[in-house]
Amino acid sequence: MTHPQLLALSPILIVSATSVIVMLAIAIKRHHALVASLSMAGLALALASTAAVWHGAAAPRAMTVLLIIDPFACLYMAMILIAALAATALSHTYLERYQGYREEMYLLLLLSTVGGMVMVASRHFASFFVGLELLSMPIYGMAAYLVKERRSLEAGMKYLVLSAVASAFIVFGMALIYSRTGTLVFGDIGAKLEQISGGGSIVMLGAALLLIGLGFKLSLAPFHLWTPDVYEGAPAPVTSFLATASKIAVFALLLRYLIETHATRYPALVDTLSMLAILSIVVGNVLALQQSNLKRLLAYSAIAHFGYMLVALIASGPLASEAVGIYLLTYMITTLAAFGVITLVSSPLNHEAQALCDYRGLFWRHPGLAAILTLALLSLAGVPLTPGFLGKFYVLGAGVDKRLWLLLGAIVAGSAVGLYFYLRAVIQLYLHPAPVTAPAPSTEAFAPAPHWARDAGGGVLIALLLLMLALGVYPSPFIKLAHGAGIEPQPPTPPLTADRG
Amino acid sequence: MTLLWLLLIPVLGGLLCWQLQRFGAQYARCVALGTMGSMLALAAGLWLTGDYSQTLLPLAGHLSGHWMEQLSVPWIARLGIRFSLGLDGLSLLLVTLTALLGVLSVACSWREIRTDAGFFYMNLLWTLAGVIGVFLATDLFLFFLFWEVMLVPMFFLIALWGHDIPGGRPRLYAAIKFFIFTQSAGLVMLVAILALVFVHYHASGVLTFGYSDLLATPMGARTGFWIMLGFFFAFAVKLPVVPFHSWLPDAHSQAPTAGSVILAGVLLKTAAYGLLRFVLPLFPSASAQLAPIAMWLGVLGIVYGAVCAFGQNDAKRLVAYTSISHMGFILLGVFAGTEEALQGVIMQILAHGISAAGLFILVGEIAERLETRDLRKMGGLWTRFSNLPQFGLFFILASLGLPGLGNFLGEFLILLGTFKAHPGMAMLGSIGLVLSAVYSLVLMQRTFYGKAGSEAPLRDLDRREFAILSTLMAVMIWLGLYPRPFFEVSRAPTQALQSLYAPAAAAAQTIPAPPIARAAP
Repeated sequence: MTHPQLLALSPILIVSATSVIVMLAIAIKRHHALVASLSMAGLALALASTAAVWHGAAAPRAMTVLLIIDPFACLYMAMILIAALAATALSHTYLERYQGYREEMYLLLLLSTVGGMVMVASRHFASFFVGLELLSMPIYGMAAYLVKERRSLEAGMKYLVLSAVASAFIVFGMALIYSRTGTLVFGDIGAKLEQISGGGSIVMLGAALLLIGLGFKLSLAPFHLWTPDVYEGAPAPVTSFLATASKIAVFALLLRYLIETHATRYPALVDTLSMLAILSIVVGNVLALQQSNLKRLLAYSAIAHFGYMLVALIASGPLASEAVGIYLLTYMITTLAAFGVITLVSSPLNHEAQALCDYRGLFWRHPGLAAILTLALLSLAGVPLTPGFLGKFYVLGAGVDKRLWLLLGAIVAGSAVGLYFYLRAVIQLYLHPAPVTAPAPSTEAFAPAPHWARDAGGGVLIALLLLMLALGVYPSPFIKLAHGAGIEPQPPTPPLTADRG
Repeated sequence: MTLLWLLLIPVLGGLLCWQLQRFGAQYARCVALGTMGSMLALAAGLWLTGDYSQTLLPLAGHLSGHWMEQLSVPWIARLGIRFSLGLDGLSLLLVTLTALLGVLSVACSWREIRTDAGFFYMNLLWTLAGVIGVFLATDLFLFFLFWEVMLVPMFFLIALWGHDIPGGRPRLYAAIKFFIFTQSAGLVMLVAILALVFVHYHASGVLTFGYSDLLATPMGARTGFWIMLGFFFAFAVKLPVVPFHSWLPDAHSQAPTAGSVILAGVLLKTAAYGLLRFVLPLFPSASAQLAPIAMWLGVLGIVYGAVCAFGQNDAKRLVAYTSISHMGFILLGVFAGTEEALQGVIMQILAHGISAAGLFILVGEIAERLETRDLRKMGGLWTRFSNLPQFGLFFILASLGLPGLGNFLGEFLILLGTFKAHPGMAMLGSIGLVLSAVYSLVLMQRTFYGKAGSEAPLRDLDRREFAILSTLMAVMIWLGLYPRPFFEVSRAPTQALQSLYAPAAAAAQTIPAPPIARAAP
């Protein structure tokens, strides 16, 4: 391996090294703040090196046949690193008052981050699978981290079982595709498929199994059943990581796979994806209607959002990978902010603040936290001047460009239904606590420290707020990033040009 | 730069109101009033200094004329989106109306809003900022953004400071219904905007959301019809046109008085503005194809709104239904498209804004004193007040279209203009004049005349309320007796619009088959 190649791999190497250092640090002395700072420093360094790699090497750099570091990989690695940074800081706030061993959380989180980074850089089934397992396995432990809490354990077990099943589907799907094409490299699979005739049904079956497995990981309907339970049971910072980093990695991989294998040429696959998209939009939005638990509500909302994202994937024009990049970015920042507020309002001593009524009147007690949560929820609802609108705008644009009227109709209808539960949640923050019920101890217990913003988690929330505002009001720099990181199917189609520069 | 100030002043003023709340609600109220007062002064300044004889519409086939004031800076360059604002006569009239009603809505909620007044005024001012943005935006993306953004503070106004009707649905229901109706219709418009932009992009290779660039986009008749329908749908829900109107009575009956004033006074007018600014100029021939159906819907709205108003027991719901009826005239006039009709539409927009605001304020004041809005519990109020009933009579007569007042002028011009093009429609529409007399007189009878529930005199108007109502009254009389300044400002836009729409309308009349049947997939 040459020097420039090592440099290009540096983000992954740095995070791997950090996990070793963190492990050694824990072995020498348990110190919560030290371990958290070490992890954050490592992640921040990796983020800086990602930026350097992206800036330094415009041309894609292949690492053996397994990995490729191109702008696309850099963008998604950066997103995963940001999500990991936020989750680390939130974990620090969350675990500060936890009585058990706190330090291993960071180790698991770092390992999972490495898995995600490998996934977004992989162009080979082997690295794909290794990355996927490395991403998922630490999450079992993280979800069940509060071992004395029944719900947390249940979430961990549920995720373990269903994730393992999904992995089995994926491996079997890979094997079937390999049996017909004889290659594991994404780019070659597409080429081989064009040449061979016959045996189409086996490849189809393989693709279907692969899609089912990825559908589980992305919690697309009808493979979404684990989502609300795991979201609800896992500690809030873990949920934030699960909802962002893990899904970003899987979705980015799906995008690269579909583009490199020219998969959208097959009408059967496009139809299947369309059905998954419509089903996810319907299921996510409709089931969220009756939720009175904020974490479950966000789980269903995530199902719907990945339905919207599939529409961009199906559109598959030159606009599509840019749309996916923007959508994932806005979704990540918004979701992190929402779970960040949940983390700060909760503490593991009591049960987490999950019921919507726990948030009643938050604005009058903590205007800052309530404003951040409002912005996040409105962004998920897709109201303009929030980041979520930009994502929705892009997805609609990609759909209109390809004339996917049915899917666009689903998005419009889904958004209309979705507004109901987002607004219901938002208004809770502003209602004065009902005078009838005595000042419930619950509202007191869920009050965050008055100087919440000085904490690590609070700092991250402020940073996320600034990012949300920037994305909502002046998204040009972010669009430039996502545009630069697009991968286009071969042969390349002429890029979209804007007038007046 | 004036245009940017028109947007920034209410936004900053709103933030200031919110923060001043901790020192006392009185400060917040004064700042809100000052903010809207300076907006009104700005609008008046524009009125006095500008020359509104031109507008940006293609006259005789080529783009001539220009915005009187404009501002345009790149915003999202990659997508060809610019932050561009522009002002012509049409926008100026509506901005002035917004500023005037803004001042009055701040004033009329002076005593009504007791909890969290600062936050209330922030939402009120931000709603108005969004409305002004809608009237000024000359980039379709920016227009859509303001169109949606103004809903959020309005949602808070209804949901947090609204009334829960005893026995009725909670106010949150009304607020969410209002939001869902307008926002989902807005998303359909967003799809239409994107479709229009992509059609333009494929034709010219330029990706832009600029209004004047998109004006003469070449497109097939069917494509144009469907894209136009997307725009029309959003405006029809907001106007509201009858099958999509059910959010309006709910929103009105549960909104606080100031919310109702700006909802009826300016929020509904954004839809009328949208029809005039976007639907007709961007898609003249498609609009002409839709015109017969749209005019039928207008007539339906006129009659249906009036009949429903007649049957209401809640005074605010009654006024809300009269709005639906009056908005039907606007739809009729817009799609008739003759110059008289368009002038009438603009007059109707202004006059209805004033008269509806007056009625909602009056109902709010009566409800504050009687603690009910149920017409069955009213009656005989004439003797229990000394000044209020006279104002009531004035605004009720204005609403029924008494000659000499603005509403009469608007409705008369609309019917006159429609008669030239579609005599049948005009005749059907004029039924509305009779029906409006019926419901107005019933409202008058049930509140002020009849048997009084008790003889005890009620607290009469104080100086603040007297000033609010007198201002509205003066403007209404001005509109009715000396409308020339308003017509002068709106002449250039209406003429340009008419010259664009007339050939298309003439062409559409010669096509025998109904366009919908052929446009369906």
